[in-house]
Amino acid sequence: MAVRRSILGIDGPEPLARSLRDAQYIADEGLATAAYLALALGKPLLLEGAPGVGKTEAAKALASVLGRDLVRLQCYEGIDASAAMYEWNFPRQMLAIRQAGDAYVNLYADEYLVARPMLQVLQAPRDRILLIDEIDRSDHEFEAFLLEFLSDFTISIPERGTIRAPERPVVILTSNRTRELHEALRRRCVYHWIGYPDPALEAQIVMMRASIVAQDTAYRVVAAVGKMRAQPLAKPPGVAETVEWAEAATLLNEQGVPWPRAFARAIGVVLKDQDDLAFIAPRLDAILMGTAA
Amino acid sequence: MSALATLPRALAPFMAFAQALRAAGFAVAPEQASTLIAAVGLLGPTSLMDIRRAAHATLGPAPERRDEFDALFDEVFLGRTLTAEAFGEPEDMPAAYDAGELEMLLDANEEDPSGADASVAERLFDRRFEADENEALRAFARALPSALPRRRSRRMASGQGRLADPRRAFREMMRKDGEITHLPRRIRRPTQRRVLFLVDVSGSMKAGTDGALRLAHALVQAAERVEVFTLGTRLTRVTRALHHRNRDQALALASGLVADWDGGTRLGEALQVFLSVPRFASFARGALVVVLSDGLERGGPEALSAAMQRLNGLAWSVLWLTPLAADRSFRAETGALKAILPMIDRLGNGANPQAIAVEVLGFAKGQRAPSRVLA
Repeated sequence: MAVRRSILGIDGPEPLARSLRDAQYIADEGLATAAYLALALGKPLLLEGAPGVGKTEAAKALASVLGRDLVRLQCYEGIDASAAMYEWNFPRQMLAIRQAGDAYVNLYADEYLVARPMLQVLQAPRDRILLIDEIDRSDHEFEAFLLEFLSDFTISIPERGTIRAPERPVVILTSNRTRELHEALRRRCVYHWIGYPDPALEAQIVMMRASIVAQDTAYRVVAAVGKMRAQPLAKPPGVAETVEWAEAATLLNEQGVPWPRAFARAIGVVLKDQDDLAFIAPRLDAILMGTAA
Repeated sequence: MSALATLPRALAPFMAFAQALRAAGFAVAPEQASTLIAAVGLLGPTSLMDIRRAAHATLGPAPERRDEFDALFDEVFLGRTLTAEAFGEPEDMPAAYDAGELEMLLDANEEDPSGADASVAERLFDRRFEADENEALRAFARALPSALPRRRSRRMASGQGRLADPRRAFREMMRKDGEITHLPRRIRRPTQRRVLFLVDVSGSMKAGTDGALRLAHALVQAAERVEVFTLGTRLTRVTRALHHRNRDQALALASGLVADWDGGTRLGEALQVFLSVPRFASFARGALVVVLSDGLERGGPEALSAAMQRLNGLAWSVLWLTPLAADRSFRAETGALKAILPMIDRLGNGANPQAIAVEVLGFAKGQRAPSRVLA
């Protein structure tokens, strides 16, 4: 196990949390610890959590802290090696055969290789980090196929041999947990479950993300969203929704809509399901009322 | 790490912790234990909290087992013996219970962790399944793979389609000195749709639940992507138990999990609980949903109707089987059944495993037309 105590001057969870904060991302101690350990141990970081709690944002913030480009691989059911790793540029290879005639031509040279996200990151681990987004959307075959990559950071191309990264790349996986990931995948990663943040933290996030929002508004929005999450909704609002709600309500208020009304009118940015809206509508006053204090 | 390796005394608690976790059914690979030790070395550690966070990050307990994990942690590192607190479910909603990895370890006489609120009005007791071999089930399993509905996936396979297959065309050229005689084609490979089987285990369904679970076992064994839940006063996921190849073992595991045999019916609420867990609701997306229930709902049909509306929106198709339909003169007359009729694709006979098998096979083969024969 290659352990690096310090990565770009970051030598512990607290310095990492501070750098993430500079990159406009507020990480709690658990996340900062997991992310630091992933970097130090050279292991992939697996982030699980409900939609909208900031998993992808965390990856973006980490990329900006490390000063590397984020290469995003969005998973879907049926994703395969040619979309995730590499593909040969067949039309160019065919043309090359025709043009070469009797001359020798190396059909497996770099110019015919199309690098997909995983190979791109493997080729330049110091410049790029890989985000494998929503891994739970892919199928079991793809998960199994990731195993070699995640433990050894190598890709085997039959025509070229094994490609090895000069150093361990930073890899972040996210999952909405719509299905359970395989143990073999989980144990290769450093794991962190991102829950909904506590109210104080969420208010900080709102104020950082939406600069126009006043502190008082942020606290009210966070309290109201907290109450909504306790209701049996089809889609409880995530942190992203909280931020948007605070922003939308502030905008409406600036245009002359008085306070409790502004929240109610901007409800469409928090709840995006007709059944949820219908369920919350009669309770909305109570939810907003309690937050006046 | 080498500095730590010379200190076996300091390492002892970590090894003991890994052992304790394994004994409690957490999957901890040896490599994960050494990662934990390396992680703790990296963090200092300045406090016990560092060790706890390192353990969370490297061993990755599932969020619903976090409390159990922490209790074991306290036991090993603090010498404290605490029992994980039982989660209190909201009183008026049926409890959702997904045992996950835990369910394989459940002892028949071990108490259900969420059974704290059982005293209310639920009659909870185990029931043994009768082991009964059934030729019809074997025929069902044989016919199933070809009969289940399919959709086109994003994966490609060679075949006679409109899309050219550049990979094979290139190979062809290589073999024939750069000449290409015909253009190989490919198709989008069809893949089986998910099947979601919801079994009502309330008292009024008593006669049929054993057979239904035997059928569910055959279904899980023969097809890919099948999810099975039992609905009653609570919601229980039994898919994992039914993955056991041996039917007797599988059914014994499943019957140990289901704690609300022959209880009352709160079908609408149980379905709403099902839909409110995003992970479960996503099982229904694009799936063939088979509900086995007589639809005898205690209370008004509003909850059931609202839940079915959402289920219908998520699912590819909904097949509702009721044992009452064995009688030829059966008509949907109860309020609940009438209310859900517009939201299901077919109302069929679910009297016994054979009838269910016939309905599922027939429906899957494409009798999806809105011929609500019994309506």
